[in-house]
Amino acid sequence: MNPTMKKTFIEPFMQNNPVAVQILGICSALAVTTNLRTALTMCLAVTFVTTFSNIGVSIIRKIIPGSIRMIVEMTIIATLVILVDQLIKAFSYNLSKELSVFVGLIITNCIVMGRAEAFAIKNNVLESSLDGLGNGIGYSIVLLTVAFFRELFGFGTLFGFTILKTVNNGGWYVPNGLLVLSPGAFFLIGFFIWLVKIRYKELME
Amino acid sequence: MKILRNILGQLEKHLFAEGKPLSIFFPFFEAADTFFFTPDKKTTGKCHVRDCNDFKRMMISVVYALIPCVLMGMYNVGLQANRLMEINGIPESGDWHFWILSWINAHFPILGVFDVPDLRGFNPLNWNIIGCLIHGAVYFLPLYILTMVVGLGWEILFAMINRHDVNEGFFVTGLIFPLTLPPSIPLWQVAIAISFGVLIGKEFFGGTGRNFLNPALVARAFLFFAYAGQISGDKVWTVVDGVSKATPLSYATNPSLTEGGIDGLSNAGYTMFDSFIGLIPGSFGETSTLACLIGMVFLLFIGVASWRIMLSMTVGAMGMATVLMMLGSETNAAFNIGPIWHFILGGFAFGMVFMATDPVSAAITKQGQFLYGLLIGILIIIVRVLNPAYPEGTMLVILFGNCCAPLIDYFVVQANIKRRLKRVAVNNE
Repeated sequence: MNPTMKKTFIEPFMQNNPVAVQILGICSALAVTTNLRTALTMCLAVTFVTTFSNIGVSIIRKIIPGSIRMIVEMTIIATLVILVDQLIKAFSYNLSKELSVFVGLIITNCIVMGRAEAFAIKNNVLESSLDGLGNGIGYSIVLLTVAFFRELFGFGTLFGFTILKTVNNGGWYVPNGLLVLSPGAFFLIGFFIWLVKIRYKELME
Repeated sequence: MKILRNILGQLEKHLFAEGKPLSIFFPFFEAADTFFFTPDKKTTGKCHVRDCNDFKRMMISVVYALIPCVLMGMYNVGLQANRLMEINGIPESGDWHFWILSWINAHFPILGVFDVPDLRGFNPLNWNIIGCLIHGAVYFLPLYILTMVVGLGWEILFAMINRHDVNEGFFVTGLIFPLTLPPSIPLWQVAIAISFGVLIGKEFFGGTGRNFLNPALVARAFLFFAYAGQISGDKVWTVVDGVSKATPLSYATNPSLTEGGIDGLSNAGYTMFDSFIGLIPGSFGETSTLACLIGMVFLLFIGVASWRIMLSMTVGAMGMATVLMMLGSETNAAFNIGPIWHFILGGFAFGMVFMATDPVSAAITKQGQFLYGLLIGILIIIVRVLNPAYPEGTMLVILFGNCCAPLIDYFVVQANIKRRLKRVAVNNE
């Protein structure tokens, strides 16, 4: 893997993170991160969609007329999202109910469209797939971190297993209600952004 | 005093000055130094108002204004507990507060920490002032000391990292915050909340003077959402375990036609006089409207707090309450409480005098202050009456007002510029 490709792949993890630095995809980061199970499903779905939509757009990038490229990109993304949605419904119906509309809303997730429009339309298939995968992983890092803290301190569990026994179940831990509410995710994402900007000083405004 | 001055001077020269071994702790030293002596820094340059009332003295005057609230709050917490203990009997055992009180009662029975005062007469000897005060202090002082230790710890840490002086703003925040809490609040929650308030409400935005929200309210809002069970409902307002005693405000704003509104208040036995003096269950500082008003007179007399905000907030709330009372409602009893009850119940007076007027987070322009107060006053009544989920709106509405303050100021300044430009245009014709 040459250095440029490596950079394309690694950079979205931290210093060009789609959520923490570009502030995209915040909506789903608030909605599905109350527990790790839904967050992980969402991460897999988004990573799958960004990777394959980037590949799809990149393959046909030379034959898409400039004036309708958005519509073509949208069609590719929507196809992939519906595919993922149907798969989750078929194999894990309860999970799809928990995620409700948010899998369908990946279509409007700015990260997917943003990568197609900013990267895949101009670069070859291999680089585009790496970029899509990298951004999917970058998104997942933030979501899983947020979900980890929200589930652990908001419910005292991780992936549904009890870690801190809550007072209501006869334990000692008093769950923090703020983390269960959406503003809790905002605070955590804020902390994440803070840490990223401390690590990469050039990002400070 | 001269010896002390010399010692501090020598310490600074040899230990804390730039380049000396302990220079990283200079903010800490500076705080101690200016605690004893007026800072010797002099302003230079041409136009500058010279006044001995620096930031430190201004903030300390707010602390003085809070003293009536502190004393009245402690007395009232003791009074409420003793009244309940008279009915239910003094419990056999309890938490560590109760151990301390039992110890005091066993060794110094003359103080009468568990005695119920007789408030009917006008003889102060029967009011058991000392006993109730000590009973309340056993609950208040740990909260206060913990808030100060944790909050000042963060404050000094940030001062050391950012190399600025420790600001006195925290003396006010650190006293206001415990006053907004119910007496039964667990101490660990207080420590987390004040950390949240100081860090997110203040230090992350650059410290004292740059906080757009009131840090004490941020800390309280954190508790309100994170640990709602310990700061709202009807079990937390007295220190006697397991006894539920709703605050008068939660009776008043209860929409139920049989239990809420004016009837609800009188059925529960709350009189306007008791509520005004502060002999009702509630948080430490907010129960006594009288104590808040004493603080208000002091603050207005020395000119620290803005009378514009207080006036417009009162006008807004009274006006809105009157409108709602005249409209009336068939389904919501809270409409009929009326302006006077709204003024003396809950945190309105405390929020108006000590929180909405916070010079950093409030509006700064004169017209802006009127708008800001009016907005807060009107919204408090709307939240109290029309939203049954939140019996008290003062905290959230003041935070909302803080968020709106820069916008209000912006429009006032823009309007001013526009008016002046027009005047210039007319003059030039």
